[in-house]
Amino acid sequence: MSNDGEITITVCPGLTKKGKPETFDHIDISPGDTISIVGPTGSGKTAFINDIEVFAQGDTVTGRRVLVNGEVPPERFIRDPACKPIAMITQNTKCLADLSVGEFLEMHVATRNNLQENIIADTISLANEFTGEKIVAEARMSSLSGGQTRSLMIADAVLISKAPILLLDEIENAGIFKEAVISHLKGLRKAVIFVTHDPYVSMLSDRRIVMKGGEVVSILSPGDDETEALRKVREMDEEMSVLRERIRVGEVIGSGSF
Amino acid sequence: MVVAGPPSAGKTSVIRQMIRQLSETERVAYIKIDVVQAFEDEELREEFGIPTRKVYSGDMCPDHMGIMVIQDAVQWAESEGASVLIYESAGLCLRCTPYFTESLGICVMSAISGTHAPLKMAPMIALSDMCIVTKTDLISQAEKEVFRESIRRVSSDMDIIETNAIQGTGMKYLFRVMDSAPSIQSTEGLELRGVPPLGVCTVCIGKKSVGWQNHFGVIRRLEDADNIYHGE
Repeated sequence: MSNDGEITITVCPGLTKKGKPETFDHIDISPGDTISIVGPTGSGKTAFINDIEVFAQGDTVTGRRVLVNGEVPPERFIRDPACKPIAMITQNTKCLADLSVGEFLEMHVATRNNLQENIIADTISLANEFTGEKIVAEARMSSLSGGQTRSLMIADAVLISKAPILLLDEIENAGIFKEAVISHLKGLRKAVIFVTHDPYVSMLSDRRIVMKGGEVVSILSPGDDETEALRKVREMDEEMSVLRERIRVGEVIGSGSF
Repeated sequence: MVVAGPPSAGKTSVIRQMIRQLSETERVAYIKIDVVQAFEDEELREEFGIPTRKVYSGDMCPDHMGIMVIQDAVQWAESEGASVLIYESAGLCLRCTPYFTESLGICVMSAISGTHAPLKMAPMIALSDMCIVTKTDLISQAEKEVFRESIRRVSSDMDIIETNAIQGTGMKYLFRVMDSAPSIQSTEGLELRGVPPLGVCTVCIGKKSVGWQNHFGVIRRLEDADNIYHGE
């Protein structure tokens, strides 16, 4: 099985902090799915995606099991980062080396086979669809903004790692075009799982997994019920973006602004 | 079990996970060799209630110190009723590596030490049984892959475990290897796995002439000078 083949992941329930089984049956994550993990700080969101990242087999604190296409995944999926079908991108994910964007991508391309020509230019141009601050190949990795770094990491995961599943941990404040990321990844049949506190990202997702006290308490698929609200939230999000820009350039926001 | 690796690589975090796992079936003792100060022995004794001690090497190289005291340390652990001794190196110059025969040699490295770091620590990796790469949650996928390739360049079939040692991810693979770790038959039989480059040479003893023809001990010609030391 190659890591760019289509795969479905199944999360099987674990135990609550009180030692009782979680109440959900199982959660399937298929190509093209967009899922948000929501819940208060400390509710177990990060533990949930950590289970997916390590393909837990009852050996993590939650006791959950994670299957790939219905089976226990081969060990190399877990142990060899080049075979792993999952890319996790967090606020902490950084390039530490003092390299240019082009050199950084070249370094990654050198560890992989069977990549198309112009892969580096393609990756940069995909990243630029996710961020408003243009990334150029000559820029130093260390000089990129949070939004540029996250956009580049997502494009790298999609085109160079060819990871079928992306775990994005609280990247909403990083200044990326959330809707563009989601629609692009859906179009490429990637499964995306967000850990998020952002209402807009949560509502853009097909499903919401609600966490509380370390366990999954509900799985929502609001669909059409939220269409109208989503339209409003999108407007609010745009308004907030405009406001953010105005504050950034040093404006005073008078009462006539709204 | 010998745990080596540079300062702040996460050796003690890995050791905490090891003690937690081993304590289910074994009695563990712990020794730390350091140069001027170490606190790990007190922390681990308090946390796990196991016999621990430390040795300061002071003016001596800490790995040299380890070589001197290892037999005594094994006997001390036995006198404490321990069935497993964990030995943590100071992890300073990284050229000498205090792995012994009849033990499990574990090399701990941090993923944030740079993608070329494994090449610089070649002997410490090559003479170990397995490498644990910590803090992998902090770096990009590209660097993760290149770091792993660097280890493989030193030792192509090395068993590599990537972990966030605080959370213990990936540790099950270490525990599996620990299960089949060799036992010490007799302390007299213990030997270093490789010859460490600590030898006193003719330069060290004050000879001022230059050129390899004028020396003995550790010598290099220009042609040989760029060989990476891979141990024995």
